Amino acid sequence: MQNLRKHLWRLLANTRTLAYRNLLKTWHNPDQLLDVVVQPVLFMLMFSYLFGGAIAGSVHNYLPTLVPGILMQALLAAATGSGSLINEDLQQGVFQRIKALPISRLAPLLGQLVADSLRLLLAATAAIVTGYLIGWRPAAGFQWVIIVVGLDIFLGWTLSWIFVLYGLLAKRATMVESMSLMTMLILIFLSNAFVPVHTLPPLVRFLVKINPVSYVITASRTMLNHGYWSTSAWVVLLAGIVVLLLFIPLTVFVYNRKD
Amino acid sequence: MNSETAVQVVNLTKKFGDHAAVNEVSFTIKRGEIFALLGPNGAGKTTIIKMLTTLLKPTSGTVRLCGYDVQKEPDRVRALFGLTGQTAAVDEALSARENLLFFARLLGLSTQAARTRAVELLQEFSLEAVADQPLETYSGGMRRRLDLAISLITRPAIIFLDEPTTGLDPRTRQQMWETIRKLVAAGATIILTTQYLEEADALAQQVAIIDHGKLVSLGTPAALKRKVNKRKLLLTVANPTQANAARRLVKAVLKEPVQRTGKQIMASLSDVNDVATVLNQLKNEGIIIANLEIKQASLDDVFFAMTADKTSKEGK
Repeated sequence: MQNLRKHLWRLLANTRTLAYRNLLKTWHNPDQLLDVVVQPVLFMLMFSYLFGGAIAGSVHNYLPTLVPGILMQALLAAATGSGSLINEDLQQGVFQRIKALPISRLAPLLGQLVADSLRLLLAATAAIVTGYLIGWRPAAGFQWVIIVVGLDIFLGWTLSWIFVLYGLLAKRATMVESMSLMTMLILIFLSNAFVPVHTLPPLVRFLVKINPVSYVITASRTMLNHGYWSTSAWVVLLAGIVVLLLFIPLTVFVYNRKD
Repeated sequence: MNSETAVQVVNLTKKFGDHAAVNEVSFTIKRGEIFALLGPNGAGKTTIIKMLTTLLKPTSGTVRLCGYDVQKEPDRVRALFGLTGQTAAVDEALSARENLLFFARLLGLSTQAARTRAVELLQEFSLEAVADQPLETYSGGMRRRLDLAISLITRPAIIFLDEPTTGLDPRTRQQMWETIRKLVAAGATIILTTQYLEEADALAQQVAIIDHGKLVSLGTPAALKRKVNKRKLLLTVANPTQANAARRLVKAVLKEPVQRTGKQIMASLSDVNDVATVLNQLKNEGIIIANLEIKQASLDDVFFAMTADKTSKEGK
């Protein structure tokens, strides 16, 4: 018991130091954050003004459908960044040095991902603020916006672990980026994020229905527009926990096996 | 294993597939000693260092640092050593001070203790003036100094230096040697890898020659040099027509096989005093030389000698 407490305490202290290092790096190179902020703004503007009329009759009518979709897309894009960042770190000699220190084996990855939640928060904020500025209003009130953002960030964070695994397994950072981009595009476009599902051919409709991102978006819409925590929301929370239980040990194992 | 032993390596082997990168290597290092792993690129030096520092799992064999088994008690072992890798392992995005603070905190120092130690090390390694500048402005030598400073934060008992002077200019190399000697004087045990015979000679009490993953030779630098007495005399004659006459003369004096390529004559030289005789006789014969050089045994020669020795023994 004493021993466990000591280990946990060390894990917390090491994680804090490593997360601080990552934030310090971002502080020195803030341009790293540019993509996570600019992308949701651009996509929100493009999708609403280009497709709003065609899909929902008007820009204003499309926004309640679109905002949860762009929010999730922004979070997925920000989550893929974790993979590239870890891959960059591996190419530096500093990775070896950190691994040879008497620190908790989980701390280097956890430190990075704790720091990365800042990227997720920024991406979510950019999406929500842009939506608000072009006329979107959450029908169920702002408290539900906070709950949705919280749930979406949680899911984005759990998915970061999968992208980090990509980052650890790929040979080059460019590989990570193209793999992550493909995964992200498939997940977001083969979902109900931007289009009404009933317009899709049967096979695509089936794929969209089993896509976990569709559950997140359905749950988000229910909360934002009607103000209640649906079964979909429980599914998302549970799926996130399952992903974490599977991927944290796997990713840490791969990280520590790497030389 | 007594308390005087810092590192004990027994039958250490690492296989990648069928290929043995490190093959049954054993050695013991006493406390306060400088131990050099000498070998060409790809000989397995870095692989050995990685296994000694818990970064790589051995296929077989055991490694103990101050009595602790690296595989059974990796956490205890990691607290014992400092490691400076082949490429400067510093965080490029942080300043020197931030690097030191970051690693000090990870090593368990309190914020205040980390600050004090960082200042001490910055002073010791003459990095105070540039402590808060981005690392992009640093020279190779400054990076190496910072790298070493990070390894010394907790004043570890054992320090691993993987090719600490590769790529450094001669002056910076001298400074690095001085630093290494100071560390040993302060009680540390040092394991370094190098490609340079000269470096092992200048620093180490014990040298292990590694080739193709095997320990080819182990001993003091002097013993090593006695084993490979491969000094060479190189003569260049001014007039090509005199080259053959010069070759015959050198052969007669040195009683060793002599090679001639164009104007250049090369022969093994066991006694340096023979050079005087060669020069005198050349002068008497009226042969004019353009250049004279005595080449010390290079690492290539050492390897050649060691491996040639072994194959002939194996043949018998």
